[in-house]
Amino acid sequence: MTRKQRRGVLIGTCLVVLGVAVGLVLFAMRDSIVFFYSPSDVAEMSIAPGQRFRLGGLVETGSVVRVEGTTVRFVITDRAKTLAVSYTGVLPDLFREGQGVVAEGTLEPDGIFHADNVLAKHDENYMPPEVAKKLKAQGVWRGDAATAKAPEGKVN
Amino acid sequence: MIAETGHYALILALGVAIVQTLLPLLGARLRDPQLAAVAAPAAQMQFVLVAIAFLALTTAYVTSDFSVENVWQNSHSAKPLLYKISGVWGNHEGSMILWVLILTLFGAAVATFGTNLPRQLKANVLAVQGSIGAAFLLFIITTSNPFIRLSPAPFDGQGLNPVLQDPALAFHPPFLYAGYVGFSMAFSFAVAALIEGRIDAAWARWVRPWTLAAWMCLTLGIAMGSWWAYYELGWGGFWFWDPVENASFMPWLAGTALLHSALVMEKRDALKVWTILLAIITFSLSLMGTFLVRSGVLTSVHAFAVDPARGIFILAIMGVFIGGALALFAWRAPLLGQGGLFAPISREGALVLNNLLLTTACAAVFVGTLYPLALEALTGDKISVGPPFFNLTFAPLIVPLLIAVPFGPLLAWKRGDLAAAAQRLMAAACLALAVIMVLLAFRQRGPWLAPFGIGLGVWLIMGALTEIAYRVKLGQVSPAEMWRRLGSLPRAAYGSALAHAGLGLAVIGIVSTTAWRSEQIIALKPGETADIAGYTLAFKGVVPRQGPNYAERVGLFEVTRGGKAVTELTPSKRDFSVEKSATTEAGIHVSWRGDLYAVLGDPLKDGAYSVRLYFNPLVRLIWLGALVMFFGGAVSLSDRRLRVGAPKRAQAKAAAVFVAK
Repeated sequence: MTRKQRRGVLIGTCLVVLGVAVGLVLFAMRDSIVFFYSPSDVAEMSIAPGQRFRLGGLVETGSVVRVEGTTVRFVITDRAKTLAVSYTGVLPDLFREGQGVVAEGTLEPDGIFHADNVLAKHDENYMPPEVAKKLKAQGVWRGDAATAKAPEGKVN
Repeated sequence: MIAETGHYALILALGVAIVQTLLPLLGARLRDPQLAAVAAPAAQMQFVLVAIAFLALTTAYVTSDFSVENVWQNSHSAKPLLYKISGVWGNHEGSMILWVLILTLFGAAVATFGTNLPRQLKANVLAVQGSIGAAFLLFIITTSNPFIRLSPAPFDGQGLNPVLQDPALAFHPPFLYAGYVGFSMAFSFAVAALIEGRIDAAWARWVRPWTLAAWMCLTLGIAMGSWWAYYELGWGGFWFWDPVENASFMPWLAGTALLHSALVMEKRDALKVWTILLAIITFSLSLMGTFLVRSGVLTSVHAFAVDPARGIFILAIMGVFIGGALALFAWRAPLLGQGGLFAPISREGALVLNNLLLTTACAAVFVGTLYPLALEALTGDKISVGPPFFNLTFAPLIVPLLIAVPFGPLLAWKRGDLAAAAQRLMAAACLALAVIMVLLAFRQRGPWLAPFGIGLGVWLIMGALTEIAYRVKLGQVSPAEMWRRLGSLPRAAYGSALAHAGLGLAVIGIVSTTAWRSEQIIALKPGETADIAGYTLAFKGVVPRQGPNYAERVGLFEVTRGGKAVTELTPSKRDFSVEKSATTEAGIHVSWRGDLYAVLGDPLKDGAYSVRLYFNPLVRLIWLGALVMFFGGAVSLSDRRLRVGAPKRAQAKAAAVFVAK
């Protein structure tokens, strides 16, 4: 094989691998990314039942109700709109009323958001950045003073 | 007084770092050996000064000096000593000091042990290393000074985030940083080579031990983080494709590629330009990891406290170093020249394939991690890219690499014989196929691809054994001769075989626990039982208990299997009153089959508790595999050290001159 042919093989392999990678990334982008919405976003747009998304906001005070078994219902609010959430499973340690939370799941025809995953951070003043931004945009954010004092928790 | 000493030492270290950057560069340029010789003592001095600062901060933590704001924010007098010490790096400021401490440690190590380095190269390497130190010291002093005093001093501290009060996490950051920062050595060598416009096989020989050490630490650091997340977060998972995890995984992928390409350069003087570029990319990804974790731009369960000023400062550091290095690369790389020739089917060819797949997989992770940021900046849409994306992109790219791994070491340099290598791997392939067949036949649940994943792991382990067997001519020579050969094999051969076998173990662990994990979430009242994976758990109730700095509710579970008592699990929920926080402690029973994992949830109506049970088959192999990889690296490193002592540069140059004539 000449130097040129060898280089051809090398460049050809690179192009094939890169092509496959780009194809995979584009394919995965179409199917497996999850959008983040606040209750107001959900109220504004019509989201098809069964489409996965992340819902973020504050857990409304007094809204957490244990139904049966390990199913729990609560309401997520962004202080403008609210959305009822149903979740079966164990809530994170720092899931508290009045605090920020992100739930991932689908909006079902019954108008309830069925979450299969609920995230709350291991920090009492944690606010998911998306939630903070939305709340700030709506002028109801009061968390800065609290967060500035908060012990910084680094994980990882 | 101690805090002020630390602060003063930091400022002095910054001064020394600036001297270490400028004088040796000038010395190398003017060919003034005295100026160039400043580098080594400066690097040692810088390390000593940063160590003083680090010790000062540690002293403040150990003695609970709450007049130091950083200590007040992150410590508490009731905390166990281990966590007082690990609290030093459990926060932003302290972890930056640790970062710089490790950086200067590497610099000082090169200054002390690199006595056989050519003077000019050494001066340039230490100068570049000094400039990184200067940038980060400036960052610490201006934006994240840990020695700020509070007046009046508070009576007690606010405590450390309780999830961080854990032995695995106490040692996780030092290893992770040693990995991140260790790659700065490869970066400094690369930039120094670009400044000199000259590079050869000896360069690769000097770079490899440092890269290997960094890679080992990063491997262990990532494994510890994953191990911690597994038992502490109570989700029973070992990897979440979380942006912060990805931030440490990308340098690992690039670093693994760098280890292999440096091998080609050392042995065959080829892939020079690529190796230099890879060294720059690896450290750039480490810097990016630091930036992503600290700037608060990411949505992560691991998020760090947000401070935009710090983010912009680190972004500027990244811009200068990555941009500068890449510009230098574009300008000087053409000088480095062509490497040796090799056929596509050869050891070099296999290592090129390794590099291609690793960097592409790394790029896929990069896209998945940064795409949400880019999209939000461009359109304002907020998305999250979760495990499905990474499983769909990363796995198909890495599987061909895993299939190819056993072939690499069996191919000859320059021109290999694929058919012969395949023949030698016949036994390994047969065994892997047999495992796949058996698993397919007995598979009751889980995806049909899973048995192939296990087969892949077996293939990797058997491939590693085949390499050793081939090298000692197993079955072809007398046992005595074989033993002699076993003894005289270079340690690097054992090292790479161990690392590849460790990879196989990890693959088996990952596949089996992902495919065959059992999970149950149920409401249990005291006296009720639950069944999972052949175990029966009898819930005895919940009792309160008092720990050193927390109160906990402990659930008691009696575990039986087939009527025989196995163990008692005591998962608990801990309430940390000082930190106003809570953690979940999982109850884990370890057996050779896998981990039985129980988590106590919240109390429900009528006295029941929500309980989460998992059975994770063979999950320990993941971390065992990482340990074996680390050990393989260590074995290989012990070999290198012997040979690093024999510089070949002069001879190589003489030979080159001879050939040119």
